[in-house]
Amino acid sequence: MTNAGFGPDLVEVFGPSQSAGGPELVQLLTPEGERVHHNQFDKDFTAEELRGFYRDMILTRRIDTEATALQRHGELGIWAQLLGQEAAQIGCGRALRHQDYVFPTYREHGVAYCKGVDPLKLLGLFRGVDHGSWDPADNNFGLYTIVIGAQALHATGYAMGVQRDGAVGTGDPERDTAVVAHFGDGASSQGDVNEAFIFAASYNAPVVFFCQNNQWAISEPIERQSRIPLYQRALGFGFPGVRVDGNDVLATYAVTQAALQRARDGQGPTLVEAYTYRMGAHTTTDDPTRYRLNDDVENWKLKDPIARLEVYLRRNGLVDDEFIAEVKAEADELGHHLREGCKALPDPQPMDMFDHVYEEEPQELREQREGFAAYLESFEGAH
Amino acid sequence: MSKITLAKGLNMGLRKAMEDDPKVLVMGEDVGKLGGVFRITDGLQKDFGEDRVIDSPLAESGIVGTAIGMCLRGYRPVVEIQFDGFVYPAYDQIVCQVAKMHYRSKGRYKIPMVIRIPFGGGIGAVEHHSESPEAQFAHTPGLKVVACSNPIDGYWMIQQAIASDDPVIFLEPKRQYHADKAELDEDATPDPLFSSRVVRQGTDATVLAYGPTVKTALSAAEAAATEGRSLEVIDLRTLSPLDMDPVYDSVRRTGRVVVTHEAHVNLGLGSELAARITENCFYSMEAPVLRVGGMDTPYPASRIEEDYLPDLDRVLDAVDRAFDY
Ligand SMILES: Cc1ncc(C[n+]2csc(CCOP(=O)(O)OP(=O)(O)O)c2C)c(N)n1
Repeated sequence: MTNAGFGPDLVEVFGPSQSAGGPELVQLLTPEGERVHHNQFDKDFTAEELRGFYRDMILTRRIDTEATALQRHGELGIWAQLLGQEAAQIGCGRALRHQDYVFPTYREHGVAYCKGVDPLKLLGLFRGVDHGSWDPADNNFGLYTIVIGAQALHATGYAMGVQRDGAVGTGDPERDTAVVAHFGDGASSQGDVNEAFIFAASYNAPVVFFCQNNQWAISEPIERQSRIPLYQRALGFGFPGVRVDGNDVLATYAVTQAALQRARDGQGPTLVEAYTYRMGAHTTTDDPTRYRLNDDVENWKLKDPIARLEVYLRRNGLVDDEFIAEVKAEADELGHHLREGCKALPDPQPMDMFDHVYEEEPQELREQREGFAAYLESFEGAH
Repeated sequence: MSKITLAKGLNMGLRKAMEDDPKVLVMGEDVGKLGGVFRITDGLQKDFGEDRVIDSPLAESGIVGTAIGMCLRGYRPVVEIQFDGFVYPAYDQIVCQVAKMHYRSKGRYKIPMVIRIPFGGGIGAVEHHSESPEAQFAHTPGLKVVACSNPIDGYWMIQQAIASDDPVIFLEPKRQYHADKAELDEDATPDPLFSSRVVRQGTDATVLAYGPTVKTALSAAEAAATEGRSLEVIDLRTLSPLDMDPVYDSVRRTGRVVVTHEAHVNLGLGSELAARITENCFYSMEAPVLRVGGMDTPYPASRIEEDYLPDLDRVLDAVDRAFDY
């Protein structure tokens, strides 16, 4: 309950309780699977697009459940789960164009999937074989960022570079570029995120700040981070903020697409607050039963992003059992790919630690490398 | 040929780098219209425009963090931190992001960023304006750290740092900005960036210095000469990586070393130098490596900074002690 503790005077300022997202929540599909309309962000979707969203969310959930299982089997050291946040990520990820560049935090598995990153590559960091093995240039999807909020500045600086390249506001849909910074509600408290807001506003940078407000920063509730709805912060920095139902893939898509287009057109930054819930633990090492009520979790289950789309699709005859079975088969195949692939990820070699510290390796590091290689070699055959 | 100050050398070097490569940008607080509080970027915005000489919001983490994004987009930002004591808000971005991006991306991300920091004391400033944070950065793998000490090096080293594909922390001794002039030959071939240099030859002891203490060391050598003692002075210039071969050569000839820097002695660069010299020149040594530096206190009020800073007498005193062994 975001407004818990507000006196009556503040309720007047900020409106009634935010616990359901508040009246300003942009929604196109209700938790019951009813299509509703919105005066600003409405959009028509083709049957194919809708089925695509469904498939993407099923596959994303599968990436997550499979990786969680792999962690349980000791194949991953840790995993950051996204259960419940599929619509927020697919809605945003599908609104991106190829040239749009994403700066993720560590939970954007669905966005990575939309950007064409092989989900297997996401596992390396969590298994401890690398720090991220995809080439950001291949998919315009940056490496995961562990220090909370740091990447919001990288996104903003990159967007300032995009501006200098003249890749905004040309009207060429192949050229105009938006940049997305992902972060969570906890990250909104970080100085870097606030500094990013200031830089982006001050230079009118083509960046979309996409905050997945999943209500929790490990054990700390949103009330510990903010006394006002997060999207309203944007106003204080001088750019628009929108709160969208992050469990509604249609609304998230529509709102993000509009924000991306504003950026590409050269109209500057937008804060999108995707109002959602982290159904699982923060990571596989976390125990959410220590800090939150089962009632809340049960309540949010009723808003499940996949279930509501499935109801809508079935009710309108847009999918049949055969399609659902096909998607399931595809998910099984993806699961297999992850299971087998994860175990086959090669461990790095000790000498690999010396690689890529610098573009131009200093002599002193070269000597340390050579010394360590000789030391390792001295053990060879010495059993 | 013209006579220039360190401030002018840096300004000319920046200008040259910007002319040579359109991807070079200058960012920082007040670097545009004002030309920076020390005027190092004077006139650059007028000639290169606001898109290349960027007056930034007053947010150090923001400056360095957005400069990272610029690097990822193919630019080569030169970032100015207004004063040494204000680099700490950007410390996280520098040590966790700038330093590690190349490594964790397996070389796919390049961070050709220069972070310029006017450093050191001796200008009578209020607190947080006189610090020597070099060891904090030299301790971080992935960063390179250099310090210039004179106008000619200022001109060449800033261009070389900008041309480097690795991130460089570029330390400028602020009390030297307008102190001495030197003749610049723009057609000369400079020493490599990551190299130290013997700036005065001598036979009896070696004095190691960088940035502001190079001048102190040279004055000490001059004074020692009048008393018949010959000191060799080495300007380290590069602090990470260190260029130790000229140092070892010198120490093997003189057998005595005094290291001097303004930074605190405890865990300062002098400690690393002492350790390396001991490992490599043990049998040539007539005395242990001695360190002369700032006290292990916060930088004091400016009325007593002269007592805090290593000066000619403290360096000579250390040389005397080296001869007492
Ligand atoms: C600067 C920093 N402080 C603390 C942490 C430890 N930490 C990792 S995730 C996390 C919570 C982040 O919450 P939020 O931003 O809401 O994102 P979410 O995990 O909910 O997606 C914390 C405290 C960190 N990674 N970085």
